[in-house]
Amino acid sequence: MWFYAARRIVLTIPIALGVTIICFALVYIAPGDPIASLLPPNATASDIALLKHSYGLDRPIPIQYLIWLGHALTGNLGRSIQNSQPVAGEVLRALSNTLLIAILAVLVAFSIALVLGMLAAYRVGSWVDRLATGISVLGISVPSFWLGVVLVILFAVKLHWLPATGMGTSGSESFSLFEWKQAKFAILPVVTMALTPLSIIMRTTRSSLAEVLGQDFVQTLRAKGLGEIAIMRHAIWNAMPQILAMLGLQLGYLLGGSILIETIFTWPGTGYLLNKAILTRDIPLLQGAILILAMAFVAINLVVDLLQTVVDPRIKRA
Amino acid sequence: MTDMTVGSGFDAGPVPERAPEQRVRGYWQTVWQKLRYDYVTLFFMALIALIILSAVFAPLLAPIDPYKSSMVYRLKPIGYKQFILGTDEQGRDMLSRLLYGGRVSLTMGIVPVVLATSIGGLLGVLAGYLGGRPNTIIMRTMDVFFAFPSVLLAVAISGSLGNGIPNQLLTLTVVMIPPLCRVAETATSQIRGMDFVDAARASGASMPSILFRHVLINAISPVLVYASTLVSACILLASGLSFLGLGVPPPTPDWGLMLSTLRQAIYVQPLVCALPGVAILITSVAFNLVSDGLRQAMDVKG
Repeated sequence: MWFYAARRIVLTIPIALGVTIICFALVYIAPGDPIASLLPPNATASDIALLKHSYGLDRPIPIQYLIWLGHALTGNLGRSIQNSQPVAGEVLRALSNTLLIAILAVLVAFSIALVLGMLAAYRVGSWVDRLATGISVLGISVPSFWLGVVLVILFAVKLHWLPATGMGTSGSESFSLFEWKQAKFAILPVVTMALTPLSIIMRTTRSSLAEVLGQDFVQTLRAKGLGEIAIMRHAIWNAMPQILAMLGLQLGYLLGGSILIETIFTWPGTGYLLNKAILTRDIPLLQGAILILAMAFVAINLVVDLLQTVVDPRIKRA
Repeated sequence: MTDMTVGSGFDAGPVPERAPEQRVRGYWQTVWQKLRYDYVTLFFMALIALIILSAVFAPLLAPIDPYKSSMVYRLKPIGYKQFILGTDEQGRDMLSRLLYGGRVSLTMGIVPVVLATSIGGLLGVLAGYLGGRPNTIIMRTMDVFFAFPSVLLAVAISGSLGNGIPNQLLTLTVVMIPPLCRVAETATSQIRGMDFVDAARASGASMPSILFRHVLINAISPVLVYASTLVSACILLASGLSFLGLGVPPPTPDWGLMLSTLRQAIYVQPLVCALPGVAILITSVAFNLVSDGLRQAMDVKG
């Protein structure tokens, strides 16, 4: 297993490098000259050359990439064009806010999906199964940003139960999950976020559990007189590795895909930051946020893979 | 893949002309036989046809010019005077805008998937068939794209390129290529090892002939089924990008963009503001259910 783990970690390095190449390239596919905004309109050709030199933009692109990579590895992702703050700090601050709702959403999704998926797999074709299938189709078809707007209309505009937007009564600094007045700001974003992972985790639970329930050992358990609940307990542990893998993947998707939901709820996370970067065409901020989020996704996938081998020793993939 | 198609490929090797063609059609006939009695799938296929037709014939169907704004008729409720579905924040007819909006939204859902199926599918078939170094180069490149959640990749490319239809098409196509490439590669490398491919090679068939007449025809079902599941994802992704202002520039109607501009008005006219999302939801449910039906009919696992 240690060999597998070491191998898996080594295999991640080229992927991570590839990710940095794509992020580096983002600046080059952006239209317009990156330094044009820094120059006064009456700049001479020598001024331009001087500025290009000072930013290292006159060097060959591979060299530029290596310099950029060196900076990125030491945590220097440049400064935001908008407010001149270091990008890395801004993104990491926002990341904790995104992690908060993403983890909550995945936990909510997981607990509901597990129950519904088990009920559906236990009686394939029953009304519970149909209900679960219906929910899962809706869950993957619904535009999350629209669902967010509908929930705001219902619970904030019509019923006045929950706040429509923001993070806490006085911003993210004083936010606390343990104080109802603050915590209720997180409810709508979490619910909106949870629906898609809920349907996908439920699908996985249903299909992998149904497969396990069809295996011989389940019949043996039944033959030796075990109750149905005990059988389910055995079965669900056998299906758990796949379900957990899906859970990790969904957490990664939520982290990277939080932009729409955070924009709707003005939740000050990475997605909101990305949206700000797009609106103001702040390419360094965009690039930095994307790099950090993609790396987080790679790391989550790695951890999930390693955990899976711990949970399920049968996995000895090449 | 059913045994029958594999068998047809085997026949197709040594025996040219008629016999194999009939057997290959046999597979599609079974698919059709299954679909014929799958009323849910048929219903949603008809619904998709209806949605596409209403977008194509939007100029004939739309009761009012979708660009005609009016300060007097701003944000009117559903059923107000001649506005069957109300008006938006500039007093434009919602029904007409929804019909026209389908043009951009459906194009953005379908065209990138078609492009990505051709490009990604071809790359995947090549990688799967050639194996070795070409496979490593193609598939490891795809792995890098898999390191991004799809929304993030779309936002990254689209956010750098800026808004507009060509940029959005390009972004969505790039995002859809890796998953399609992987499915095509898996299907192809399974088929590559089968005896009928060896038989075709032994009987002197050229590589293009093996690729297109034997491998591609057998790998196409999983790729098509997968592509059909991506249409709904692509519509959602495209409308999300439009919602963020990365799609068509206003005033062109687009479901995602309409949702975003109407967001300011949820306190005034909540029902009207939710309409573009309903259009996206219905379309995406329809595509999802049809692709589920196709998956069952084509007997593709996964």
